[in-house]
Amino acid sequence: MTLTAPVITRTAAAARAADVWKVYGSGEAQVVALRDVSVELERGRFTAIMGPSGSGKSTLMHCLAGLDAVTRGDVFVGDTKVTGLSDAGLTKLRREKVGFIFQQFNLLPTLTAEENILLPLAIAGRKPDRAWFQTVIDTVGLGDRLGHRPSQLSGGQQQRVACARALVSRPEVIFADEPTGNLDSRAGNEILTFLRRSVIEYGQTIVMVTHDANAASYADRVVFLADGRIVSSLDDPTADTVLDMLKAAAG
Amino acid sequence: MLRATLKSLLARKVRLVLSGLAVLLGVMFVSGSFVLTDAIGRSFDNMFSSALAETDVLVTAKPAIEVSEMEGEPVPGLLTAADLRRVQEIAPSAIGEISVDGARVIGSDGKVVTTYGPPRMGGNWTGEVGGLRLHEGVAPQKADEIVVNAALAKKAGIKVGDQVGVLTTKPKQTFKLVGIFGYEGGLDSRGPVDEVRFTDAVAQELMLGAEGYTSITVNSDKSPAALRDELKAGLGDRYVVQTGEEAAAAMANSFKAVLDVMNKILLGFAGVALFVGTFLILNTFSIIVAQRTKELALARALGAGRGQMIGSVLVEAVVIGLVASVLGLAAGVGVGALLAAYFANFTSLQLAGIAVPAAAVISAFTVGIVITVIAALLPAVRASRVPPVAALQEVATPDRPLTKLTAAGAIVTAAGGGAIAYGLRQQSLWFLMGGVLAAFVGVALLSPFVARPAVAMLGRLFSWSVPGKLGRLNSGRNPRRTAITAAALMVGIALVTGVNTIMTSAERSMRGDVAATFKADLVISGQESPGVQPTFDPVLLPRMQQVSGVDSVVATYADQIAVNGKPAYAQVQTDLPTVARLVSATTVAGTIAQPGPGEVVVDDNRGHALGDTVTVRSAKGTEKTYRVIGIFADTNLFGGYQFGADAIEGMRGGQPTFAYVDLADSADPAAARTALEGLLADSPEMRVQNQKEYIDNQTGEVAQFLLMVQVLLGLAMLIAVLGVVNTLALSVLERTREIGLLRAIGLGRMATMRMITVEAVVITVFGALLGLAVGVGLGSAVVEGLADEGLKELVLPWQQMGLYLGVGAVVGVLAAILPAIRAARTNVLGAIAYE
Repeated sequence: MTLTAPVITRTAAAARAADVWKVYGSGEAQVVALRDVSVELERGRFTAIMGPSGSGKSTLMHCLAGLDAVTRGDVFVGDTKVTGLSDAGLTKLRREKVGFIFQQFNLLPTLTAEENILLPLAIAGRKPDRAWFQTVIDTVGLGDRLGHRPSQLSGGQQQRVACARALVSRPEVIFADEPTGNLDSRAGNEILTFLRRSVIEYGQTIVMVTHDANAASYADRVVFLADGRIVSSLDDPTADTVLDMLKAAAG
Repeated sequence: MLRATLKSLLARKVRLVLSGLAVLLGVMFVSGSFVLTDAIGRSFDNMFSSALAETDVLVTAKPAIEVSEMEGEPVPGLLTAADLRRVQEIAPSAIGEISVDGARVIGSDGKVVTTYGPPRMGGNWTGEVGGLRLHEGVAPQKADEIVVNAALAKKAGIKVGDQVGVLTTKPKQTFKLVGIFGYEGGLDSRGPVDEVRFTDAVAQELMLGAEGYTSITVNSDKSPAALRDELKAGLGDRYVVQTGEEAAAAMANSFKAVLDVMNKILLGFAGVALFVGTFLILNTFSIIVAQRTKELALARALGAGRGQMIGSVLVEAVVIGLVASVLGLAAGVGVGALLAAYFANFTSLQLAGIAVPAAAVISAFTVGIVITVIAALLPAVRASRVPPVAALQEVATPDRPLTKLTAAGAIVTAAGGGAIAYGLRQQSLWFLMGGVLAAFVGVALLSPFVARPAVAMLGRLFSWSVPGKLGRLNSGRNPRRTAITAAALMVGIALVTGVNTIMTSAERSMRGDVAATFKADLVISGQESPGVQPTFDPVLLPRMQQVSGVDSVVATYADQIAVNGKPAYAQVQTDLPTVARLVSATTVAGTIAQPGPGEVVVDDNRGHALGDTVTVRSAKGTEKTYRVIGIFADTNLFGGYQFGADAIEGMRGGQPTFAYVDLADSADPAAARTALEGLLADSPEMRVQNQKEYIDNQTGEVAQFLLMVQVLLGLAMLIAVLGVVNTLALSVLERTREIGLLRAIGLGRMATMRMITVEAVVITVFGALLGLAVGVGLGSAVVEGLADEGLKELVLPWQQMGLYLGVGAVVGVLAAILPAIRAARTNVLGAIAYE
């Protein structure tokens, strides 16, 4: 078991949390979800966040992505300080620096796959880079499905559309929340392979929350949470080392 | 099960409020109408019975001309001096009274005091009897003395000692105001009625044009009933003999017929509002059932039967209907009381207390609950068909095909169209209304089929922006929901458009006729003056003739008559051939010459043949026979019975009410007009108008009528707006995740609001277009059906239609405000975080 103290190297971080506390409720009903968490997510790396239920892994991701406000401490995405941003600032952040992949795919049923993929750019009023768009859909292998609506696609295909949607705007960080949670293992592995490839080939930064050791094994680094604290981290994990670490953490 | 239903109901307060509100507004309208008419009715009861409280028996003559209630006031019969003497032989205290509508006081500002409807009575002062009390001054003794009631004196700004001009059936005469009177109980007026009282002889000359009385009041120490029976036996059947109570009841009854019509009109509009409300409730329940699919399926999986499922939805409907009825009834009582107070204030009526008539309560609950339950029936059945397995699957309600719905819609629309056509041909209002109702339902059923392409087309307008495009796609997403929401708006807009189309066509047809056939350069006519035909002095005619530039002046005398027992209007032209030329009348038979004594010229719509003899009873009650010497073609401009000068003596007043003025080609119209206006200085209600003004004036009422219809249908529109709010609110709720996602990938708050607004506007503009189409359809059907009645051309009110479309769009924007704010406030994290 290797306990690594977080090293702060400002320029390399795509997103970082500094002394973050997240407290829900007050008085007797008070729940501390994050206790003084500091973490740095290196640019161009695939980081997995793991931990048992209630460990605060989703909360950490939500705070990092600016979806949830922290109680204390600071969150940065790239050079932008997320803490204290107005709604307009958050909107700008989401348009320019952050991409999301959800467990529930969350595609718009009224739009075709292509329209769904291009939606973030359309919302931001940016012209898609056709070459990059082509690269992305080649990577996720959706070439012949672009005109289909989500209801005509399988779960795996829908999640590939969601991946493409996250990739197409080349965000600073992509946050993936249990992206394989709703897929069978084959489709799940496909998705994880794409994510891995986009990190290696295009230098995309990805942060993934998962409780699946196999999924975590695709990451460059795994950060383990328990009781709202970072308890350990593991570089270049395999499914076995992750499982060992989980057992150790539980024990 | 009941408990679960109630809990789920409480958990969804917003939807409870919104769908309840529609019912509430409709119920409010219904019960408010009843409360209002009840309060006014009882107030008039009180007024009539207090007016006759000191009268034991009232003797009147049978009406000279009987007229049904819808056609106007009957011409009252006259009692002669001999009649009064006969009554006095039986009861010496009998007093002959004169009281006739049409005494117009000219106020201190030189303007005629008007009442906007209620009568302005002229009569004789009979002393402080019948509840009259002299407040100041003395009774009129000389021919140039009058007394007026206190409220009138105040309105006119006149006081005892003033010289006051009064218009009656005769031209303006000036009197000295010697007294001001009021009524038992310290009242300044009896309701909205103004009263001028002269001496007996003057009242007879000015108000009746004959020596006689309109009623005889009898008091004695006998019981009223005994006195009545005695008088009846002694007088014979030419007289109506009633006790004071009976007479008051009879007066109140004839008045109630008017109130009844008013109530029916208001209820008609309430019906439209409730019909629209039905769409809203149906839609709300459909959405709720769709949203609760999982919950319902779970209940089925746990063993709930189909009946229980239907019951659960219906119980929800009953609860909403009940709550809305109670609140609607309360609001209706409030609104009714408010309007009654306003009415009483406006008409200085002593308002009887506000009561809640049983009809209001019964109709409120019946209408409120029945309508809600009927509207919820369809969604309830759908709820019972949710398969238990749906509890276990991701919600994916397949789009059910619209074939059946569309076919049903086509059939219902066709049936409605047929009923409308039949109703128009048979002049059956019931078929017409039923047809319109069926047409609305039919079009509502057809609208989902139309919705998709229509919404796609409309949405193009907004597709330039991403939020616009998303909004457009959302509104096309569920064609049934979009369609039914739009259909609610359709009803109101279709009705105003239809009425407007008919009115515009009628107006245009009339204008067309006039432009083609009306050749008089100027007309002299009376201003609208309720209950009275303004007149001018015939001695002016020769002087008008001498005005420079005037070629000819033809005066018209008019009054009611009965021809062979049927009510009609008599006209006397001082020069019929000239009028015939000025209105381009065409001769059908005989000649259109000036009728001599005992001769009449008539239009071809009255069923008379040349040489026929007709019996004419004049307004003064005299009978005479006339021979038809000429028949001309009836037009919008000119028709009816044209008599010679011998008929004038049978007319009350016997003054001209209208004149055609033909100018020489070389004349200066403005100068001639000024000169004529100068001559009419003593007849302030008469005015000189050119052709255009005259026609504008004739059609002016159309605009007012339309305005009223639009205001009353505003309630239906309001309910339709609630429907749009409801649909949007529920859609926003349903799509929380989606909106959260859009926010997560960078859609700003304003853009989110814009998306919802576009969705709303697309729905309402679709509804407005549908309404315009249906309205034009209904309107042209009626115009087509009434082609024989003089509606020659179909004219669409484009300007108004544009306005309604604009209203539709604005309504959409307004309806979107709250749902849009709600959507913009969507908590991104809460929306997308699973579980």
